[in-house]
Amino acid sequence: MTAVLPLVEHFAQGLDAPICLTWELTYACNLACAHCLSSSGRRDPRELSTAEAKAVIDELERMQVFYVNIGGGEPTVRPDFWELVDYATAHKVGVKFSTNGIKIDKAAARRLAASDYVDVQISLDGATAEVNDYVRGKGSFATAMKAMENLAEAGFAGFKISVVCTRQNIDQLEAFKAIADRYQAQLRLTRLRPAGRGADVWDELHPTALQQRQLYDWLVLNGENVLTGDSFFHLAAFGESLPGLNLCGAGRVVCLIDPVGDVYACPFAIHESFLAGNVRSPGGFATVWRESDLFLELRMPQSGGACASCSAFDSCRGGCMAAKFFTGLPLDGPDPECVKGYGEKALSKIEPGRVSPKSSLDHSHTRPVKNGPIMLTLNRKPPSRSCDENPVSDMLAGRTGARERASI
Amino acid sequence: MPEAVVNEKAVTAVQNSESIPAENTQSPLEISDLLVEDVSIDGMCGVY
Amino acid sequence: MFGPTAAPPVSGVTPLRANVFDADLPYELHPAVEVRPEPFGALLYSFKTRRLSFLKDPLLVTLVRSLAEQPTAGEACRAAGITEPDRRSMFLRALATLASTETIRERHVPTAGSST
Repeated sequence: MTAVLPLVEHFAQGLDAPICLTWELTYACNLACAHCLSSSGRRDPRELSTAEAKAVIDELERMQVFYVNIGGGEPTVRPDFWELVDYATAHKVGVKFSTNGIKIDKAAARRLAASDYVDVQISLDGATAEVNDYVRGKGSFATAMKAMENLAEAGFAGFKISVVCTRQNIDQLEAFKAIADRYQAQLRLTRLRPAGRGADVWDELHPTALQQRQLYDWLVLNGENVLTGDSFFHLAAFGESLPGLNLCGAGRVVCLIDPVGDVYACPFAIHESFLAGNVRSPGGFATVWRESDLFLELRMPQSGGACASCSAFDSCRGGCMAAKFFTGLPLDGPDPECVKGYGEKALSKIEPGRVSPKSSLDHSHTRPVKNGPIMLTLNRKPPSRSCDENPVSDMLAGRTGARERASI
Repeated sequence: MPEAVVNEKAVTAVQNSESIPAENTQSPLEISDLLVEDVSIDGMCGVY
Repeated sequence: MFGPTAAPPVSGVTPLRANVFDADLPYELHPAVEVRPEPFGALLYSFKTRRLSFLKDPLLVTLVRSLAEQPTAGEACRAAGITEPDRRSMFLRALATLASTETIRERHVPTAGSST
C-alpha cells in the first residue's frame, strides 16, 4: 500500500481544481460598510457580462468545483443575478450567496425556499442595531432581520448568518446564537481581516488579545453547530484545533474571482501582489488556476520563516497571509494577531510613518453615503470630487487611504 | 506518517461478519487508518 | 446526481435509524455524492450533508465506485483484490465510516419507503 500523506500536505501542494471558491459578481453595493474587504460601493464598468459569467460557470462545472460562494459588493443588485444562480445550479455547481438582505423580499424568500440547491448567507455584524449599524450603516440591521424573517416565514431553514467578529460584538456571541436559533438558521463567525476598507478600521475593530481567547473558548465550548469558514486557524495555537482544514487555502484549495474576472488568491487578498490572472485571458480560469506563477509559488513548500521554530507553528501555520500583508508584516513571520504575542512585537518594530500596502483598486462610494456606517460619521472627511466614473479617482485626487503606523 | 495499527477487536469482528457499530464522525482531520477524512464545505479558509 | 442540501443538524441529533455498517449487505455511493478523482485518491462531496470526504488511497476509490455492482461490501473488497485480513479490516472500517457520514448507503431493491 502506498504511504498515506497527511491530507494537509496534499492540500498545501494544491489541487487540479479548487474545492470551492468565492466569486464576487459586482463591486456595486447599496451599503458602505466600514470594514468592507472588497472596498465595494460603485460598479466597475468592466464587469463580466452575463455570457462571460456563464462561461466561467461552464468552466467550474468542467473542473468539478463543488460549490461557489457568490458575493460582491451586493450580488443581488446585478440584474442577471437569479439567471446566473439558476445557471450554476443547473450545471452542478452548488451556490451559496452572501447578501445584506436588501433584495430578499417575501417573493425572493419563497423562490429560495423552493430551491434545494441554493443556500443563503445574511451578513450581520451586531446582535443589536446599535452594534451592527455602527459598522454597516443605519438601517442595515433592520434590512438583515427582515430578510431573515422572510426566509423563515417561507420555510427556508438552515440559511447562514455570517458575523465578522469585532471588538464591539465579541460580547454578543450568545445573542447571535439566539438570533440564529430563532430563525432556524446556522450561525457563522468569521475573522476580520485588515483587507480593503478593513485596513482603515482595523485598529479600532479587531478583537483584543483577551477577546480572541474569549472567542476561542466560546467556539470550543459551543461551536458544534457554528461555522467559521476555518478563518480562525491561527487560534489553534491556543490548544485544540477548531474544525476545518486548519490551513491557508489561498491558491491551493480556494481562490477569488472578482467582478472584472481577475483571479486572486483569496477574497481577503485583493491586491496586485496576489493577482494570479484573469478569466478573460486564453485558457480561462482553469489555466490561471493550474499555471499562474503566483499559485504555483503558493503551492511550493512554505518554510515558515521566523515562525518555524515556534512550538505552535504546526497548529497555526503562521496564520493569515492577508492579515500579515495588509498590516505591513512580512509573510514569513507572525500573524498580527499571533496568540503568543509575536505579532504585536513585530508590529511595534515597524518604522513610524511607514505605509502599509493598499490596493490601487477602490470601488468605495466617493460621495458620503446616506445612512452610512455610524463609526465613520465620527470622523467626517470632506466630500471628494463629484465625478466617480473612475474607480481610482480618489487615489488620483491624493486620498491614499493608507494608514501610517506609529511605533508603540 | 506511519500507518496506524489496526484494532484487533475490529479485525475479529470483521472476520466474523458481525455488524460494525457506526463510527461517530471524528473531529475533522483526525488522521486515522481509515483513509478518509471528513470536513464541512465551510471548513476551508479563503472563502467568504 | 445533484441532491438537495439539508438543513443543518440540530444540536447534534443523530438520524433515527442507526447507520450500522454490515459487510454482508449491498451498498452504493449515495446519489447526492459527487466524486472527483485526484492524484492521491479522490474528493467526495455530498450535496446533502455538505461534507467533504477525502479518500486518500486510489484503491479505496475503486472499491467505493464498485459497490453498486457487487452483491455485498465484503464481496466488493474481495473483487478489488483486498483479501489480506489486516488490509481487509482497514478497508471495511473505511467503508463503515463512509456509511456513518452518508457517503455510501445500503442498496435496496427498489421499493416504497427506501431510506434517502
